[in-house]
Amino acid sequence: MHVYACVKRVPMTGGQITLTDDQRAISTRHLGFTVSPHEECAVEEAVQIVEREGGSVTVLTLGPAESEEQLRDMMAIGADQAVHLVSDGEEWDPQATAAAIVAAIRSDPQPPDLILFGNESADAGNYQVAVRVAHQLGLPCVTGVKAINISGGRARCEQEVPGGRDVYDAPLPAVVAVKEGINLPRYPSVPGRLRAKRKPLAASQPQRPPARLEMLRLELPPEAGKQVRILGQGPDAAPAVVEILSELGVL
Amino acid sequence: MSVLVLMEGADDELSLQALTFARELAQASGDGAEPSAFTIDGPYAPAAFGQTVADLIGARAPRAVIAPGSERGNEVMAHAAAILDEPLSANTTAFEPGDPPTVTRVRWGGSLLEQALLRARTLLITVAPHAVAAQAPGVMPEAVPASGHALALAPTERVGASSGGVTLEEASVVVSGGRGVGSAEGFAIIEELAGLLHGAVGCSRAVTSAGWRPHTDQVGQTGTKVAPELYIACGISGATQHMAGCKGAKKLLAINADGEASIFAHADYGVVGDLHAVLPGIAAEIRKARGA
Ligand SMILES: Cc1cc2nc3c(=O)[nH]c(=O)nc-3n(C[C@H](O)[C@H](O)[C@H](O)COP(=O)(O)OP(=O)(O)OC[C@H]3O[C@@H](n4cnc5c(N)ncnc54)[C@H](O)[C@@H]3O)c2cc1C
Ligand SMILES: Cc1cc2nc3c(=O)[nH]c(=O)nc-3n(C[C@H](O)[C@H](O)[C@H](O)COP(=O)(O)OP(=O)(O)OC[C@H]3O[C@@H](n4cnc5c(N)ncnc54)[C@H](O)[C@@H]3O)c2cc1C
Repeated sequence: MHVYACVKRVPMTGGQITLTDDQRAISTRHLGFTVSPHEECAVEEAVQIVEREGGSVTVLTLGPAESEEQLRDMMAIGADQAVHLVSDGEEWDPQATAAAIVAAIRSDPQPPDLILFGNESADAGNYQVAVRVAHQLGLPCVTGVKAINISGGRARCEQEVPGGRDVYDAPLPAVVAVKEGINLPRYPSVPGRLRAKRKPLAASQPQRPPARLEMLRLELPPEAGKQVRILGQGPDAAPAVVEILSELGVL
Repeated sequence: MSVLVLMEGADDELSLQALTFARELAQASGDGAEPSAFTIDGPYAPAAFGQTVADLIGARAPRAVIAPGSERGNEVMAHAAAILDEPLSANTTAFEPGDPPTVTRVRWGGSLLEQALLRARTLLITVAPHAVAAQAPGVMPEAVPASGHALALAPTERVGASSGGVTLEEASVVVSGGRGVGSAEGFAIIEELAGLLHGAVGCSRAVTSAGWRPHTDQVGQTGTKVAPELYIACGISGATQHMAGCKGAKKLLAINADGEASIFAHADYGVVGDLHAVLPGIAAEIRKARGA
């Protein structure tokens, strides 16, 4: 099996988001970078499938030169090789992102049997890149997936819905967008990190088409303007807490 | 200009919010004609439902199609957008007419807003849950039969129906533990308090990553979104991605050893202290108050 997993570099925001002066990005002066937990799970799932079925995992990203860090991280947890679509630093809209991913997959001499995505990216959350890639490649697609079982050339996928899980039986090749919880991603080992430095990475520079969903500016949502009432320090606060519980009618 | 609204049902709350959003959009950008609402008739199959929306657009040439920002709403509209090669503004909170129009949409699970130009022949928009309040009157949506699609997959069965007990989504009290709980065993006191308040146990991602609790307990951007009367956050620092899952709570009580933790900026009530001492004290006080 050849499995692709698509990931996107995003800032690791903490307790408070700060914007750049032009309001077009999150200020990342004090932040590290990561990928969405959904995508980390996509890579882990790809690695587990290949451990069982044999084959290889390609991790792909479209992003600035610095995104190589995320590709190496994903190779440290078991992806075999990486495809880096180096962007111009501008953000690409979902249609442009999907088109670049499709072109890269089409040009791979070894076509994938399974293409894994996160359900939605951590930052933009457009919920659509996976579906667009599937339609352009003419492949079936399942999203919101919390379990995958591969057998007899098919992927049995469980999609989380209110009150349970819907089972989809997709013929391979297929596109599947997964959610955190499908597995518990492993931590990279030191030898894993060392090996990742030497794994093959193919970089290319796709052309960015004009945006059809064009970001103008970012803003922080209005604050609720909460003023916290400190009920006390340590266990002495217990009576005051219980008074509040009773006031709120939850006792 | 005509506006179509895709509904999941005549009484579905998020669909009614989408209807309200559509009425505001129609009023802001033209004749204010009442939007036409429809549901799709047939067993759920995402690509086929997306094709149905695409076919309706072909037949009726609306200016916009509005759908709820539910999992299914986003999924169907993504398929429609992919089939038509049109942009889709997912989880939208506001619309401003113009050429092209400007949409406001949520990022980072609601911790950030984005304003963007939507350059489309047909505006495809899903509405972020609770961005607008549903307003009367409702409608009787037209049931449109589902189209076929060569790539359509439909679910073959439903498994793992929830096993009873108070679910996180529905609980009126959620007691959540974070890294500050320290271990899987440390959750005994969280479970005890949740039990006393007939609530559910939640946790942060630090906890699920450590393997102390299953991911089904995780509250946040990539976990469950909760909206209880009271959310009790114990040993949780208050990262934006955690808050994205509990900002629907009516009241928030934070218990944290660090008086400077950012969780206190989101809290209504706070206790500064070691949760391993504070929580047993609260449990004992509840029993006392109940005369047990
Ligand atoms: C600061 C900022 C500025 C922006 N400016 C613009 C702008 O000027 N114009 C504009 O059109 N858009 C802009 N965007 C939007 C941005 O381009 C979107 O991130 C992009 O459309 C991809 O959509 P998504 O990540 O939300 O995809 P989703 O559909 O939510 O992602 C689903 C999955 O697709 C995969 N995926 C998504 N993106 C990538 C990627 N790059 N590489 C590999 N896999 C990926 C991942 O597996 C992901 O989990 C901006 C975003 C930011 C944060
Ligand atoms: C894209 C993305 C998505 C994410 N999605 C989620 C998500 O869905 N849900 C989520 O929770 N996180 C999510 N995260 C992770 C998030 O950023 C934080 O890392 C996480 O929420 C931190 O968990 P925590 O508050 O338990 O741990 P920490 O940040 O380590 O905080 C622990 C807190 O416990 C306090 N403490 C320590 N000991 C005690 C004690 N004895 N008594 C009382 N207090 C004590 C400390 O003062 C501290 O404030 C996501 C991150 C990213 C990048």
